[in-house]
Amino acid sequence: MAFGSQVTTRGLTRRSAALALELVVPAAIVVAWWLASSGSTSLYFPPLSKIVSAFRQIWLFSHVGPDAGPSLEHLAAGYLLASVSGVVVGVAIGLLPSVGEALAPILEALRAVPALALVPAAVLILGIGPSMQIGVIVSAAVWPVLLNTADGVRGIDPQVNDVARSYRIGWRDRLLRMVLRAASPQIVAGMRTALSIAVVMIVFSEMVGSTNGIGYQLLQSQRAFDIPGMWSAMILLGILGYLLNILFRGFERGVLAWHRGMRGASD
Amino acid sequence: MTGFDTSQKPMTMEALPTGTTPGPILSVRGLSQRYQSRAGDRLVLDGVDLDIRQGSFACIVGPSGAGKTTLLRCMSGLLTPSEGEVLLHGKPVDRPPASLAVVFQDYSRSLMPWMSVEHNVLLPLRSKPVSKQERVERTRAALAAVGLSGATDQYPWQLSGGMQQRVAIARALAYQPEALLMDEPFASVDAQTRAELEDLILGVRAEFGVTVVLVTHDIDEAVYLGDEVVVLSGSPARVRERLEVDLGAERDQLSTKARPEFVALRTRVLGLIRGKNA
Repeated sequence: MAFGSQVTTRGLTRRSAALALELVVPAAIVVAWWLASSGSTSLYFPPLSKIVSAFRQIWLFSHVGPDAGPSLEHLAAGYLLASVSGVVVGVAIGLLPSVGEALAPILEALRAVPALALVPAAVLILGIGPSMQIGVIVSAAVWPVLLNTADGVRGIDPQVNDVARSYRIGWRDRLLRMVLRAASPQIVAGMRTALSIAVVMIVFSEMVGSTNGIGYQLLQSQRAFDIPGMWSAMILLGILGYLLNILFRGFERGVLAWHRGMRGASD
Repeated sequence: MTGFDTSQKPMTMEALPTGTTPGPILSVRGLSQRYQSRAGDRLVLDGVDLDIRQGSFACIVGPSGAGKTTLLRCMSGLLTPSEGEVLLHGKPVDRPPASLAVVFQDYSRSLMPWMSVEHNVLLPLRSKPVSKQERVERTRAALAAVGLSGATDQYPWQLSGGMQQRVAIARALAYQPEALLMDEPFASVDAQTRAELEDLILGVRAEFGVTVVLVTHDIDEAVYLGDEVVVLSGSPARVRERLEVDLGAERDQLSTKARPEFVALRTRVLGLIRGKNA
């Protein structure tokens, strides 16, 4: 009991130390930036105080509805669509080797095209607006999910299949409770990569073919020589990226708790 | 069948529903299995014939690499033999039947690490036509039978190897098969745990009245557990001999293994495996 509580206390201390470090370093950078830029007369590197007031003006909260909202909506829609279709096709490829062989050349070719190169074509075909943005997010972010899922499913221990067959487990349980769970470490790793790709794609697609969104706002500020406004959009993107990462970590913790536990147990 | 005294095995007879003839539950007929390899075909099993009596505890013993696991996989319907057939109550087995449950050798691979102990045991029942309440009750009863009532919410990797194999046994028991097929189930645990698990399986077999086919390379284990011992040997493997074990239903790690009949049987099996006609 005493030993157990000692371990927990030590664990807590370590966790709060990590948290403090996570807060202290960015705070120090912000303070340094603030001090170093306070007297700046440079057009491109305005004082942080100006950027902050621009941030307050633009993003708290007059442009949240018209710009940040649509960005996040399209990001969420594109990312979810990419994840779901990547998992579905990846599972099919992983379970059916013939499908994998048939699709392999096409997949390799499509994957080799840099995602950003798709945007001009997507603007032509889908026009300017949400469907184009969601389309380019899906076409870029689907690959890591799809390939990782196929890999994960192919790599499932044959014993899992033996258990499923000998206990005559129905296909729904086989799929949802065995195959997807067994491949979930790889699937989640693919989804993590896909998330950062999706963020790149939403910003870029808004710069090229949109009339709203954070990327649109960013480019508009730059073109209007509203440099603090441009910086404030970048700061917003940084904060959003950080928050998305926290959300994803929570998701990963929930889905892969067994995996972390198992690896911890075998160490 | 010589030397087989039925009076010592009342359970075998009582386990049968009245009115049925005591035929074999599982039969293997002329079963051969070959694997393709670069060096050509390799014959692993060569014309194996075997009958498993209903209610019996049959141990299939043979040296490593003798095709014991292959034979068990064929009997369970997981593997289609190159030649010959497996019959369950006289009907050919072409895929895993609902009345057989397999306990695999490697518990760390056969249990799902993302599921709690309880859900591992319950998983196969979800595809059976039983009510939710019965699933839960069967799971609870099976876990109680293997002494794991206190571990239902734990994950397999939080348990010792012996406890994990108990979970796998509970999963098989909850499935309520007529026969339990066990592939070297105690090969991956230490000697002390192994003895405990041997006695556990004797206990649940008596409690659940289930036929057991257990494959092992351990001669002591085969003779200690079995009502009958089937000796496989040679390459490709054939059934070398089928022996009745006259040690009674009650077995004890210390006294049973000290009995002259036990020692004689063990010596005989060892001789058979080594290819001498003892």
